[in-house]
Amino acid sequence: MSQGSTAKPLLAGAGTRKSRTKEELIRFVLFLCAFLSILTTLSIIAILAWEAYSFFREVRVLDFLSGTRWTPLLEPRSFGVLPLVAGTLQIVIGASLIAIPVGLASAIYLAEFASAGVRRALKPVLEILAGIPTVVYGYFALTFVTPLIAAIFPQTQIFNAASASIVVGIMVLPMTASLCDDALRAVPESLRQGAFALGATQFEVTLRVVLPAALSGVMASFVLAASRAIGETMAVTLAAGATPKMTMNPLESIQTMTAYIVQVSLGDTPVGTVEYQTIFAVATLLFAITLSMNIIAHRVLARFREVYE
Amino acid sequence: MNTQTTPDAQISPAAQSRSVLDVIDLTIRYGTKPAIRNVSLSIPQHRITAIIGPSGCGKSTLLRAFNRMNDFIPNVGMEGQILYLGSDIYAREVDPVEVRRRIGMVFQKPNPFPKSILQNVAWGPSINGFTGNLEDRVEQSLRRAALWEEVNDRLHESALALSGGQQQRLCIARALAMEPDVILMDEPCSALDPVSTARIEDLMFELKERYTIVIVTHNMQQAARVSNLTAFLENGSLVEYGETDQVFTRPRNQRTEEYVTGRFG
Repeated sequence: MSQGSTAKPLLAGAGTRKSRTKEELIRFVLFLCAFLSILTTLSIIAILAWEAYSFFREVRVLDFLSGTRWTPLLEPRSFGVLPLVAGTLQIVIGASLIAIPVGLASAIYLAEFASAGVRRALKPVLEILAGIPTVVYGYFALTFVTPLIAAIFPQTQIFNAASASIVVGIMVLPMTASLCDDALRAVPESLRQGAFALGATQFEVTLRVVLPAALSGVMASFVLAASRAIGETMAVTLAAGATPKMTMNPLESIQTMTAYIVQVSLGDTPVGTVEYQTIFAVATLLFAITLSMNIIAHRVLARFREVYE
Repeated sequence: MNTQTTPDAQISPAAQSRSVLDVIDLTIRYGTKPAIRNVSLSIPQHRITAIIGPSGCGKSTLLRAFNRMNDFIPNVGMEGQILYLGSDIYAREVDPVEVRRRIGMVFQKPNPFPKSILQNVAWGPSINGFTGNLEDRVEQSLRRAALWEEVNDRLHESALALSGGQQQRLCIARALAMEPDVILMDEPCSALDPVSTARIEDLMFELKERYTIVIVTHNMQQAARVSNLTAFLENGSLVEYGETDQVFTRPRNQRTEEYVTGRFG
Protein backbone atom coordinates (compact mmCIF):
# COMPACT_ATOMS: atom_id res chain seq x y z
CA MET A 1 0.00 0.00 0.00
CA SER A 2 2.80 2.39 0.88
CA GLN A 3 4.34 1.85 -2.57
CA GLY A 4 1.14 3.03 -4.18
CA SER A 5 1.38 6.44 -2.52
CA THR A 6 5.09 7.06 -3.14
CA ALA A 7 5.42 5.80 -6.73
CA LYS A 8 3.86 8.25 -9.13
CA PRO A 9 1.89 6.53 -11.87
CA LEU A 10 2.66 7.71 -15.41
CA LEU A 11 -0.91 8.07 -16.54
CA ALA A 12 -2.81 8.35 -13.31
CA GLY A 13 -6.47 8.61 -14.15
CA ALA A 14 -8.73 8.60 -11.12
CA GLY A 15 -10.26 5.33 -12.28
CA THR A 16 -7.00 3.40 -12.40
CA ARG A 17 -5.96 4.62 -8.97
CA LYS A 18 -9.27 3.59 -7.47
CA SER A 19 -9.14 0.11 -8.99
CA ARG A 20 -5.56 -0.29 -7.85
CA THR A 21 -6.50 0.47 -4.24
CA LYS A 22 -9.34 -2.00 -4.52
CA GLU A 23 -6.99 -4.66 -5.88
CA GLU A 24 -4.60 -4.09 -3.01
CA LEU A 25 -7.44 -4.36 -0.51
CA ILE A 26 -8.73 -7.61 -1.98
CA ARG A 27 -5.23 -8.98 -1.99
CA PHE A 28 -4.80 -8.07 1.65
CA VAL A 29 -8.10 -9.66 2.72
CA LEU A 30 -7.23 -12.86 0.86
CA PHE A 31 -3.81 -12.91 2.45
CA LEU A 32 -5.42 -12.49 5.86
CA CYS A 33 -7.67 -15.49 5.28
CA ALA A 34 -4.77 -17.66 4.16
CA PHE A 35 -2.69 -16.46 7.08
CA LEU A 36 -5.49 -17.17 9.54
CA SER A 37 -5.73 -20.84 8.63
CA ILE A 38 -1.97 -21.24 8.95
CA LEU A 39 -2.05 -19.35 12.26
CA THR A 40 -4.73 -21.60 13.76
CA THR A 41 -2.84 -24.70 12.71
CA LEU A 42 0.35 -23.37 14.22
CA SER A 43 -1.43 -22.44 17.48
CA ILE A 44 -2.91 -25.90 17.76
CA ILE A 45 0.54 -27.41 17.32
CA ALA A 46 1.95 -24.96 19.89
CA ILE A 47 -0.73 -25.80 22.47
CA LEU A 48 -0.28 -29.51 21.83
CA ALA A 49 3.45 -29.19 22.29
CA TRP A 50 3.13 -27.08 25.42
CA GLU A 51 0.67 -29.36 27.19
CA ALA A 52 2.54 -32.46 26.07
CA TYR A 53 5.70 -30.88 27.45
CA SER A 54 4.01 -30.46 30.85
CA PHE A 55 2.90 -34.07 30.69
CA PHE A 56 6.38 -35.35 29.93
CA ARG A 57 7.76 -33.53 32.96
CA GLU A 58 5.71 -35.97 35.03
CA VAL A 59 6.00 -39.07 32.87
CA ARG A 60 9.14 -40.24 31.09
CA VAL A 61 8.84 -40.30 27.28
CA LEU A 62 10.22 -43.83 27.18
CA ASP A 63 7.66 -45.07 29.73
CA PHE A 64 4.92 -43.45 27.70
CA LEU A 65 6.05 -44.92 24.38
CA SER A 66 6.93 -48.41 25.56
CA GLY A 67 4.56 -49.07 28.47
CA THR A 68 1.94 -51.73 27.91
CA ARG A 69 -0.52 -50.63 30.59
CA TRP A 70 -2.73 -47.58 30.07
CA THR A 71 -4.60 -46.72 33.27
CA PRO A 72 -4.19 -42.95 33.70
CA LEU A 73 -7.58 -42.56 35.41
CA LEU A 74 -7.36 -45.49 37.83
CA GLU A 75 -5.00 -46.47 40.65
CA PRO A 76 -2.35 -47.70 40.27
CA ARG A 77 -1.85 -45.25 37.46
CA SER A 78 0.19 -46.26 34.45
CA PHE A 79 0.94 -44.27 31.33
CA GLY A 80 2.01 -46.81 28.72
CA VAL A 81 0.38 -45.74 25.46
CA LEU A 82 0.95 -49.02 23.57
CA PRO A 83 -2.54 -50.44 24.29
CA LEU A 84 -4.09 -47.39 22.62
CA VAL A 85 -1.64 -47.68 19.70
CA ALA A 86 -2.45 -51.38 19.40
CA GLY A 87 -6.16 -50.63 19.40
CA THR A 88 -5.70 -48.00 16.71
CA LEU A 89 -3.53 -50.35 14.68
CA GLN A 90 -6.16 -53.06 14.87
CA ILE A 91 -8.76 -50.67 13.45
CA VAL A 92 -6.38 -49.47 10.72
CA ILE A 93 -5.44 -52.98 9.64
CA GLY A 94 -9.04 -54.16 9.69
CA ALA A 95 -10.24 -51.11 7.80
CA SER A 96 -7.40 -51.42 5.25
CA LEU A 97 -8.29 -55.06 4.61
CA ILE A 98 -11.65 -53.82 3.38
CA ALA A 99 -10.86 -50.43 1.89
CA ILE A 100 -7.69 -51.32 -0.04
CA PRO A 101 -8.82 -54.31 -2.12
CA VAL A 102 -12.39 -53.13 -2.65
CA GLY A 103 -11.32 -49.53 -3.24
CA LEU A 104 -8.67 -50.53 -5.77
CA ALA A 105 -11.03 -52.91 -7.53
CA SER A 106 -13.75 -50.26 -7.80
CA ALA A 107 -11.21 -47.75 -9.09
CA ILE A 108 -9.98 -50.21 -11.72
CA TYR A 109 -13.55 -50.82 -12.80
CA LEU A 110 -14.33 -47.10 -12.94
CA ALA A 111 -11.15 -46.02 -14.67
CA GLU A 112 -10.59 -48.87 -17.11
CA PHE A 113 -13.75 -50.88 -17.66
CA ALA A 114 -16.82 -48.71 -17.03
CA SER A 115 -18.42 -46.93 -19.96
CA ALA A 116 -18.52 -43.15 -19.86
CA GLY A 117 -22.18 -43.24 -18.82
CA VAL A 118 -21.66 -45.64 -15.91
CA ARG A 119 -18.71 -43.59 -14.79
CA ARG A 120 -20.68 -40.37 -14.87
CA ALA A 121 -23.28 -42.00 -12.65
CA LEU A 122 -20.96 -43.77 -10.20
CA LYS A 123 -18.24 -41.22 -9.53
CA PRO A 124 -20.61 -38.71 -7.83
CA VAL A 125 -22.08 -41.54 -5.74
CA LEU A 126 -18.59 -42.24 -4.42
CA GLU A 127 -18.14 -38.61 -3.52
CA ILE A 128 -21.53 -38.49 -1.77
CA LEU A 129 -20.62 -41.58 0.27
CA ALA A 130 -17.50 -39.77 1.42
CA GLY A 131 -19.73 -37.05 2.84
CA ILE A 132 -21.85 -39.17 5.20
CA PRO A 133 -21.33 -37.94 8.80
CA THR A 134 -19.09 -40.38 10.64
CA VAL A 135 -21.46 -40.64 13.60
CA VAL A 136 -23.92 -42.31 11.25
CA TYR A 137 -21.31 -44.96 10.54
CA GLY A 138 -20.75 -45.45 14.27
CA TYR A 139 -24.42 -45.90 14.87
CA PHE A 140 -24.61 -48.26 11.92
CA ALA A 141 -21.76 -50.31 13.42
CA LEU A 142 -23.43 -50.61 16.78
CA THR A 143 -26.95 -51.39 15.64
CA PHE A 144 -26.34 -53.37 12.49
CA VAL A 145 -22.79 -54.70 12.07
CA THR A 146 -22.22 -55.83 15.67
CA PRO A 147 -25.44 -57.92 15.86
CA LEU A 148 -24.47 -59.44 12.52
CA ILE A 149 -21.01 -60.44 13.81
CA ALA A 150 -22.53 -61.67 17.08
CA ALA A 151 -24.89 -63.90 15.13
CA ILE A 152 -21.86 -65.61 13.58
CA PHE A 153 -19.51 -65.50 16.60
CA PRO A 154 -21.58 -65.67 19.81
CA GLN A 155 -18.61 -64.71 22.00
CA THR A 156 -18.53 -61.24 20.38
CA GLN A 157 -18.59 -58.41 22.89
CA ILE A 158 -21.07 -55.57 22.48
CA PHE A 159 -18.20 -53.20 21.81
CA ASN A 160 -15.60 -54.78 19.57
CA ALA A 161 -12.81 -53.89 17.17
CA ALA A 162 -14.18 -55.93 14.26
CA SER A 163 -17.39 -53.98 13.92
CA ALA A 164 -15.59 -50.64 14.11
CA SER A 165 -12.94 -51.84 11.61
CA ILE A 166 -15.61 -52.81 9.13
CA VAL A 167 -17.42 -49.49 9.22
CA VAL A 168 -14.18 -47.49 9.18
CA GLY A 169 -13.19 -49.58 6.15
CA ILE A 170 -16.48 -48.72 4.46
CA MET A 171 -16.02 -45.11 5.49
CA VAL A 172 -12.59 -44.68 3.85
CA LEU A 173 -13.53 -46.84 0.88
CA PRO A 174 -14.94 -44.02 -1.28
CA MET A 175 -11.87 -41.89 -0.68
CA THR A 176 -9.55 -44.78 -1.51
CA ALA A 177 -11.51 -45.59 -4.66
CA SER A 178 -11.62 -41.98 -5.74
CA LEU A 179 -7.89 -41.39 -5.21
CA CYS A 180 -6.94 -44.67 -6.92
CA ASP A 181 -9.23 -43.74 -9.79
CA ASP A 182 -7.42 -40.41 -10.14
CA ALA A 183 -4.07 -42.20 -10.12
CA LEU A 184 -5.15 -44.68 -12.80
CA ARG A 185 -6.62 -42.00 -15.00
CA ALA A 186 -3.44 -39.95 -14.74
CA VAL A 187 -1.68 -42.70 -16.71
CA PRO A 188 -1.41 -41.32 -20.26
CA GLU A 189 -3.81 -42.79 -22.79
CA SER A 190 -0.85 -43.32 -25.13
CA LEU A 191 0.46 -46.11 -22.87
CA ARG A 192 -2.85 -47.96 -23.08
CA GLN A 193 -2.89 -47.53 -26.85
CA GLY A 194 0.66 -48.81 -27.09
CA ALA A 195 -0.24 -51.89 -25.10
CA PHE A 196 -3.44 -52.55 -27.05
CA ALA A 197 -1.50 -52.24 -30.30
CA LEU A 198 0.72 -55.10 -29.10
CA GLY A 199 -2.29 -57.40 -28.94
CA ALA A 200 -3.01 -57.06 -25.23
CA THR A 201 -6.46 -57.62 -23.78
CA GLN A 202 -8.15 -55.02 -21.62
CA PHE A 203 -7.23 -57.01 -18.54
CA GLU A 204 -3.55 -57.28 -19.51
CA VAL A 205 -3.40 -53.58 -20.27
CA THR A 206 -4.88 -52.74 -16.88
CA LEU A 207 -2.88 -55.17 -14.80
CA ARG A 208 0.47 -55.02 -16.58
CA VAL A 209 0.74 -51.48 -17.85
CA VAL A 210 -1.73 -49.09 -16.22
CA LEU A 211 -1.55 -50.36 -12.66
CA PRO A 212 2.27 -50.54 -12.51
CA ALA A 213 2.48 -47.07 -14.04
CA ALA A 214 0.02 -45.74 -11.45
CA LEU A 215 1.56 -47.68 -8.59
CA SER A 216 2.99 -44.80 -6.63
CA GLY A 217 -0.30 -42.89 -6.84
CA VAL A 218 -2.17 -45.98 -5.77
CA MET A 219 0.22 -46.54 -2.85
CA ALA A 220 -0.16 -42.92 -1.80
CA SER A 221 -3.92 -43.31 -1.72
CA PHE A 222 -3.52 -46.36 0.51
CA VAL A 223 -1.36 -44.39 2.92
CA LEU A 224 -3.85 -41.52 2.96
CA ALA A 225 -6.68 -43.97 3.60
CA ALA A 226 -4.78 -45.53 6.51
CA SER A 227 -4.02 -42.08 7.83
CA ARG A 228 -7.73 -41.25 7.79
CA ALA A 229 -8.56 -44.52 9.52
CA ILE A 230 -6.07 -43.65 12.27
CA GLY A 231 -7.62 -40.26 12.82
CA GLU A 232 -11.20 -41.55 12.62
CA THR A 233 -12.95 -40.89 15.91
CA MET A 234 -16.71 -41.09 16.07
CA ALA A 235 -17.27 -44.61 14.77
CA VAL A 236 -14.55 -46.13 16.95
CA THR A 237 -15.75 -44.25 20.02
CA LEU A 238 -19.25 -45.60 19.52
CA ALA A 239 -18.46 -49.13 18.40
CA ALA A 240 -14.99 -50.24 19.49
CA GLY A 241 -15.32 -49.68 23.22
CA ALA A 242 -13.27 -48.03 25.96
CA THR A 243 -11.04 -50.86 27.14
CA PRO A 244 -7.38 -50.07 26.44
CA LYS A 245 -5.72 -53.44 26.04
CA MET A 246 -3.21 -55.33 23.95
CA THR A 247 -5.20 -57.95 22.14
CA MET A 248 -5.26 -59.51 18.71
CA ASN A 249 -8.84 -60.69 19.09
CA PRO A 250 -11.06 -58.42 16.99
CA LEU A 251 -14.18 -59.58 18.80
CA GLU A 252 -13.10 -57.93 22.06
CA SER A 253 -13.59 -54.38 23.24
CA ILE A 254 -10.55 -52.13 22.76
CA GLN A 255 -9.80 -48.42 22.81
CA THR A 256 -8.15 -46.28 20.15
CA MET A 257 -6.13 -43.13 20.70
CA THR A 258 -8.94 -40.97 19.36
CA ALA A 259 -11.62 -42.68 21.46
CA TYR A 260 -9.51 -42.12 24.57
CA ILE A 261 -9.27 -38.41 23.85
CA VAL A 262 -13.06 -38.27 23.51
CA GLN A 263 -13.52 -40.16 26.78
CA VAL A 264 -11.35 -37.77 28.78
CA SER A 265 -12.65 -34.66 27.05
CA LEU A 266 -16.23 -35.59 27.89
CA GLY A 267 -15.45 -36.68 31.46
CA ASP A 268 -14.87 -34.61 34.57
CA THR A 269 -11.10 -34.81 34.62
CA PRO A 270 -9.80 -31.61 36.26
CA VAL A 271 -7.91 -29.26 33.95
CA GLY A 272 -4.18 -29.04 34.60
CA THR A 273 -3.76 -32.49 36.12
CA VAL A 274 -1.59 -35.20 34.62
CA GLU A 275 -4.72 -37.18 33.74
CA TYR A 276 -5.95 -34.20 31.77
CA GLN A 277 -2.60 -33.71 30.07
CA THR A 278 -2.58 -37.32 28.84
CA ILE A 279 -4.92 -36.33 26.04
CA PHE A 280 -2.37 -33.85 24.73
CA ALA A 281 0.36 -36.44 24.85
CA VAL A 282 -1.85 -38.91 22.98
CA ALA A 283 -2.94 -36.20 20.54
CA THR A 284 0.67 -35.25 19.87
CA LEU A 285 1.50 -38.85 19.07
CA LEU A 286 -1.58 -39.13 16.86
CA PHE A 287 -0.66 -35.94 15.08
CA ALA A 288 2.92 -37.09 14.56
CA ILE A 289 1.73 -40.38 13.06
CA THR A 290 -0.86 -38.94 10.66
CA LEU A 291 1.38 -36.04 9.68
CA SER A 292 4.28 -38.32 8.79
CA MET A 293 1.94 -40.60 6.85
CA ASN A 294 0.54 -37.67 4.91
CA ILE A 295 4.03 -36.40 4.18
CA ILE A 296 5.04 -39.83 2.91
CA ALA A 297 1.93 -39.98 0.73
CA HIS A 298 2.58 -36.56 -0.76
CA ARG A 299 6.24 -37.36 -1.38
CA VAL A 300 5.24 -40.51 -3.21
CA LEU A 301 2.63 -38.63 -5.22
CA ALA A 302 5.05 -35.86 -6.12
CA ARG A 303 7.51 -38.39 -7.48
CA PHE A 304 4.72 -40.01 -9.46
CA ARG A 305 3.79 -36.71 -11.08
CA GLU A 306 7.34 -36.07 -12.19
CA VAL A 307 7.38 -39.18 -14.30
CA TYR A 308 4.89 -37.98 -16.88
CA GLU A 309 5.29 -34.22 -16.94
CA MET B 1 -21.20 -54.74 -53.94
CA ASN B 2 -19.33 -53.60 -57.00
CA THR B 3 -15.99 -53.93 -55.32
CA GLN B 4 -14.31 -55.30 -58.43
CA THR B 5 -14.92 -52.17 -60.44
CA THR B 6 -13.07 -49.56 -58.45
CA PRO B 7 -12.06 -46.45 -60.37
CA ASP B 8 -8.80 -46.47 -62.22
CA ALA B 9 -6.83 -44.36 -59.79
CA GLN B 10 -7.65 -46.66 -56.91
CA ILE B 11 -6.58 -49.99 -58.29
CA SER B 12 -3.43 -51.34 -56.69
CA PRO B 13 -0.62 -50.01 -58.83
CA ALA B 14 1.77 -52.63 -57.56
CA ALA B 15 0.35 -55.62 -59.29
CA GLN B 16 3.73 -57.34 -59.17
CA SER B 17 3.49 -57.73 -55.39
CA ARG B 18 0.66 -59.50 -53.65
CA SER B 19 -1.55 -57.36 -51.47
CA VAL B 20 -1.59 -57.75 -47.71
CA LEU B 21 -4.38 -55.34 -46.90
CA ASP B 22 -7.33 -54.63 -49.17
CA VAL B 23 -9.64 -51.79 -48.35
CA ILE B 24 -12.98 -52.18 -50.07
CA ASP B 25 -15.36 -49.25 -50.29
CA LEU B 26 -14.59 -48.14 -46.74
CA THR B 27 -16.59 -45.42 -45.04
CA ILE B 28 -15.92 -44.44 -41.42
CA ARG B 29 -18.06 -41.99 -39.49
CA TYR B 30 -17.58 -40.29 -36.17
CA GLY B 31 -21.20 -39.95 -35.11
CA THR B 32 -22.74 -38.77 -38.37
CA LYS B 33 -19.68 -37.00 -39.70
CA PRO B 34 -17.83 -39.08 -42.29
CA ALA B 35 -14.05 -39.22 -41.79
CA ILE B 36 -13.36 -41.71 -44.58
CA ARG B 37 -15.57 -41.79 -47.69
CA ASN B 38 -15.79 -44.82 -49.93
CA VAL B 39 -12.08 -45.52 -50.00
CA SER B 40 -10.75 -48.57 -51.79
CA LEU B 41 -7.09 -49.41 -52.04
CA SER B 42 -4.64 -52.29 -51.70
CA ILE B 43 -1.45 -52.30 -49.66
CA PRO B 44 1.22 -54.49 -51.32
CA GLN B 45 3.53 -56.76 -49.39
CA HIS B 46 7.07 -55.68 -48.47
CA ARG B 47 6.56 -52.15 -49.68
CA ILE B 48 6.32 -48.86 -47.89
CA THR B 49 3.01 -47.21 -48.55
CA ALA B 50 2.65 -43.58 -47.51
CA ILE B 51 -0.68 -41.96 -46.79
CA ILE B 52 -0.49 -38.20 -47.18
CA GLY B 53 -2.96 -35.37 -47.05
CA PRO B 54 -3.80 -32.19 -45.18
CA SER B 55 -4.65 -32.20 -41.47
CA GLY B 56 -8.02 -33.74 -40.74
CA CYS B 57 -8.19 -35.55 -44.08
CA GLY B 58 -8.72 -38.88 -42.33
CA LYS B 59 -5.28 -40.42 -42.88
CA SER B 60 -4.83 -41.43 -39.23
CA THR B 61 -8.39 -42.76 -39.10
CA LEU B 62 -7.67 -44.93 -42.12
CA LEU B 63 -4.40 -46.19 -40.62
CA ARG B 64 -6.03 -47.01 -37.28
CA ALA B 65 -8.75 -48.92 -39.08
CA PHE B 66 -6.08 -51.41 -40.22
CA ASN B 67 -5.47 -52.72 -36.70
CA ARG B 68 -8.88 -51.89 -35.27
CA MET B 69 -7.60 -49.16 -33.00
CA ASN B 70 -10.73 -47.16 -33.86
CA ASP B 71 -12.64 -49.70 -31.77
CA PHE B 72 -11.71 -47.66 -28.69
CA ILE B 73 -13.37 -44.50 -29.94
CA PRO B 74 -17.04 -44.30 -29.04
CA ASN B 75 -19.63 -43.70 -31.77
CA VAL B 76 -17.48 -44.84 -34.65
CA GLY B 77 -19.48 -46.30 -37.52
CA MET B 78 -17.98 -48.29 -40.35
CA GLU B 79 -19.14 -49.58 -43.71
CA GLY B 80 -17.18 -51.58 -46.24
CA GLN B 81 -14.45 -54.09 -45.61
CA ILE B 82 -10.79 -54.36 -44.77
CA LEU B 83 -9.25 -57.67 -45.79
CA TYR B 84 -6.01 -58.90 -44.28
CA LEU B 85 -4.60 -61.66 -46.50
CA GLY B 86 -8.09 -62.08 -47.88
CA SER B 87 -10.07 -62.30 -44.66
CA ASP B 88 -12.24 -59.56 -43.22
CA ILE B 89 -10.66 -58.23 -40.02
CA TYR B 90 -14.00 -56.78 -38.92
CA ALA B 91 -15.87 -60.07 -39.26
CA ARG B 92 -17.82 -61.05 -36.16
CA GLU B 93 -15.69 -64.05 -35.31
CA VAL B 94 -12.43 -62.14 -35.53
CA ASP B 95 -10.78 -61.19 -32.25
CA PRO B 96 -9.33 -57.67 -32.54
CA VAL B 97 -6.52 -58.75 -30.20
CA GLU B 98 -5.42 -61.27 -32.84
CA VAL B 99 -5.49 -58.60 -35.55
CA ARG B 100 -3.22 -56.34 -33.49
CA ARG B 101 -0.73 -59.16 -32.93
CA ARG B 102 -0.25 -59.44 -36.69
CA ILE B 103 -0.50 -55.76 -37.51
CA GLY B 104 1.74 -53.72 -35.24
CA MET B 105 1.71 -49.99 -34.74
CA VAL B 106 4.10 -47.15 -33.95
CA PHE B 107 2.57 -43.94 -32.71
CA GLN B 108 3.11 -40.27 -33.33
CA LYS B 109 4.72 -39.64 -29.96
CA PRO B 110 7.08 -42.29 -28.58
CA ASN B 111 5.12 -44.11 -25.86
CA PRO B 112 7.48 -46.55 -24.15
CA PHE B 113 6.14 -48.15 -20.99
CA PRO B 114 7.68 -46.82 -17.77
CA LYS B 115 9.65 -50.05 -17.49
CA SER B 116 13.18 -51.11 -18.41
CA ILE B 117 14.33 -51.24 -22.03
CA LEU B 118 14.33 -55.03 -21.85
CA GLN B 119 10.84 -55.23 -20.37
CA ASN B 120 9.50 -52.90 -23.03
CA VAL B 121 10.62 -55.13 -25.87
CA ALA B 122 9.79 -58.37 -24.05
CA TRP B 123 6.32 -57.16 -23.07
CA GLY B 124 4.44 -58.08 -26.23
CA PRO B 125 5.85 -61.61 -26.61
CA SER B 126 5.49 -62.35 -22.91
CA ILE B 127 1.79 -61.48 -22.71
CA ASN B 128 1.15 -63.47 -25.84
CA GLY B 129 2.50 -66.72 -24.50
CA PHE B 130 5.85 -66.66 -26.31
CA THR B 131 7.76 -69.78 -25.33
CA GLY B 132 11.10 -69.34 -27.11
CA ASN B 133 14.17 -67.56 -25.81
CA LEU B 134 12.90 -64.15 -24.80
CA GLU B 135 16.34 -62.57 -24.54
CA ASP B 136 17.22 -63.63 -28.07
CA ARG B 137 13.97 -62.17 -29.30
CA VAL B 138 14.71 -58.91 -27.51
CA GLU B 139 18.21 -58.70 -28.96
CA GLN B 140 16.99 -59.52 -32.45
CA SER B 141 14.24 -56.90 -32.24
CA LEU B 142 16.57 -54.23 -30.92
CA ARG B 143 19.08 -55.04 -33.67
CA ARG B 144 16.42 -54.79 -36.35
CA ALA B 145 15.36 -51.46 -34.89
CA ALA B 146 19.02 -50.30 -35.06
CA LEU B 147 19.07 -49.66 -31.33
CA TRP B 148 21.03 -52.63 -29.99
CA GLU B 149 24.48 -51.01 -30.19
CA GLU B 150 23.29 -48.01 -28.21
CA VAL B 151 21.49 -49.81 -25.41
CA ASN B 152 22.94 -53.32 -25.01
CA ASP B 153 24.92 -52.28 -21.94
CA ARG B 154 21.92 -50.80 -20.15
CA LEU B 155 18.98 -53.03 -20.95
CA HIS B 156 17.78 -52.88 -17.36
CA GLU B 157 17.62 -49.11 -17.21
CA SER B 158 14.36 -47.24 -17.62
CA ALA B 159 13.21 -46.68 -21.18
CA LEU B 160 12.19 -43.18 -20.18
CA ALA B 161 15.87 -42.24 -19.83
CA LEU B 162 16.38 -42.66 -23.60
CA SER B 163 16.28 -39.73 -26.02
CA GLY B 164 13.13 -39.15 -28.07
CA GLY B 165 14.61 -40.73 -31.18
CA GLN B 166 15.84 -43.74 -29.20
CA GLN B 167 12.45 -44.08 -27.55
CA GLN B 168 10.77 -44.16 -30.95
CA ARG B 169 13.18 -46.84 -32.17
CA LEU B 170 12.45 -48.73 -28.96
CA CYS B 171 8.76 -48.55 -29.79
CA ILE B 172 9.58 -49.93 -33.23
CA ALA B 173 11.61 -52.73 -31.59
CA ARG B 174 8.67 -53.39 -29.26
CA ALA B 175 6.39 -53.77 -32.28
CA LEU B 176 8.95 -55.96 -34.11
CA ALA B 177 9.23 -58.30 -31.13
CA MET B 178 5.68 -59.44 -31.90
CA GLU B 179 6.93 -60.59 -35.34
CA PRO B 180 4.11 -58.80 -37.08
CA ASP B 181 3.41 -58.90 -40.80
CA VAL B 182 2.53 -55.28 -41.12
CA ILE B 183 3.78 -52.22 -39.26
CA LEU B 184 1.60 -49.14 -39.18
CA MET B 185 3.39 -45.90 -38.47
CA ASP B 186 1.36 -42.86 -37.51
CA GLU B 187 3.59 -39.84 -38.18
CA PRO B 188 6.45 -41.60 -36.39
CA CYS B 189 8.90 -38.73 -36.83
CA SER B 190 6.74 -35.73 -36.09
CA ALA B 191 8.10 -35.43 -32.55
CA LEU B 192 11.73 -36.03 -33.55
CA ASP B 193 14.69 -33.90 -34.62
CA PRO B 194 16.07 -34.21 -38.19
CA VAL B 195 18.92 -36.56 -37.22
CA SER B 196 16.59 -38.98 -35.43
CA THR B 197 14.17 -38.70 -38.33
CA ALA B 198 16.88 -39.68 -40.79
CA ARG B 199 17.74 -42.72 -38.67
CA ILE B 200 14.14 -43.88 -38.59
CA GLU B 201 13.83 -43.39 -42.34
CA ASP B 202 16.98 -45.46 -42.93
CA LEU B 203 15.53 -48.07 -40.67
CA MET B 204 12.32 -48.22 -42.66
CA PHE B 205 14.29 -49.15 -45.80
CA GLU B 206 15.79 -52.11 -43.98
CA LEU B 207 12.51 -53.14 -42.43
CA LYS B 208 10.61 -53.37 -45.70
CA GLU B 209 12.68 -56.44 -46.61
CA ARG B 210 10.69 -58.34 -44.01
CA TYR B 211 7.65 -56.28 -43.24
CA THR B 212 4.92 -54.39 -44.99
CA ILE B 213 4.92 -50.80 -43.82
CA VAL B 214 2.17 -48.23 -43.97
CA ILE B 215 3.16 -44.75 -42.88
CA VAL B 216 1.00 -41.72 -42.33
CA THR B 217 2.89 -38.49 -42.71
CA HIS B 218 2.15 -34.85 -43.31
CA ASN B 219 5.73 -34.37 -44.37
CA MET B 220 5.68 -34.69 -48.14
CA GLN B 221 9.47 -34.83 -48.44
CA GLN B 222 9.40 -37.79 -46.12
CA ALA B 223 6.73 -39.54 -48.14
CA ALA B 224 8.74 -38.89 -51.31
CA ARG B 225 11.97 -40.15 -49.72
CA VAL B 226 10.83 -43.33 -48.05
CA SER B 227 7.76 -44.72 -49.76
CA ASN B 228 7.21 -46.92 -52.79
CA LEU B 229 3.55 -46.00 -53.05
CA THR B 230 1.68 -42.91 -52.05
CA ALA B 231 -2.00 -42.43 -51.36
CA PHE B 232 -3.30 -38.87 -51.25
CA LEU B 233 -6.40 -38.33 -49.14
CA GLU B 234 -8.47 -35.20 -48.99
CA ASN B 235 -11.64 -34.77 -46.94
CA GLY B 236 -11.77 -38.49 -46.32
CA SER B 237 -11.71 -39.39 -50.02
CA LEU B 238 -8.89 -41.07 -51.85
CA VAL B 239 -7.86 -38.59 -54.51
CA GLU B 240 -4.93 -40.45 -55.98
CA TYR B 241 -2.97 -43.61 -55.29
CA GLY B 242 0.06 -44.74 -57.21
CA GLU B 243 3.80 -45.26 -57.34
CA THR B 244 5.41 -42.52 -55.29
CA ASP B 245 7.49 -41.32 -58.25
CA GLN B 246 4.45 -40.91 -60.37
CA VAL B 247 2.36 -39.23 -57.66
CA PHE B 248 5.04 -36.66 -56.97
CA THR B 249 6.31 -36.00 -60.49
CA ARG B 250 3.36 -36.72 -62.77
CA PRO B 251 0.23 -36.56 -60.62
CA ARG B 252 -2.91 -37.45 -62.54
CA ASN B 253 -5.14 -35.31 -60.39
CA GLN B 254 -5.11 -31.52 -60.21
CA ARG B 255 -5.60 -31.51 -56.41
CA THR B 256 -2.73 -33.93 -55.90
CA GLU B 257 -0.46 -31.70 -57.91
CA GLU B 258 -1.47 -28.66 -55.92
CA TYR B 259 -0.87 -30.51 -52.66
CA VAL B 260 2.49 -32.09 -53.49
CA THR B 261 3.82 -28.85 -54.86
CA GLY B 262 2.87 -27.19 -51.61
CA ARG B 263 0.12 -24.94 -52.85
CA PHE B 264 -2.12 -25.91 -49.93
CA GLY B 265 -2.19 -28.19 -46.92
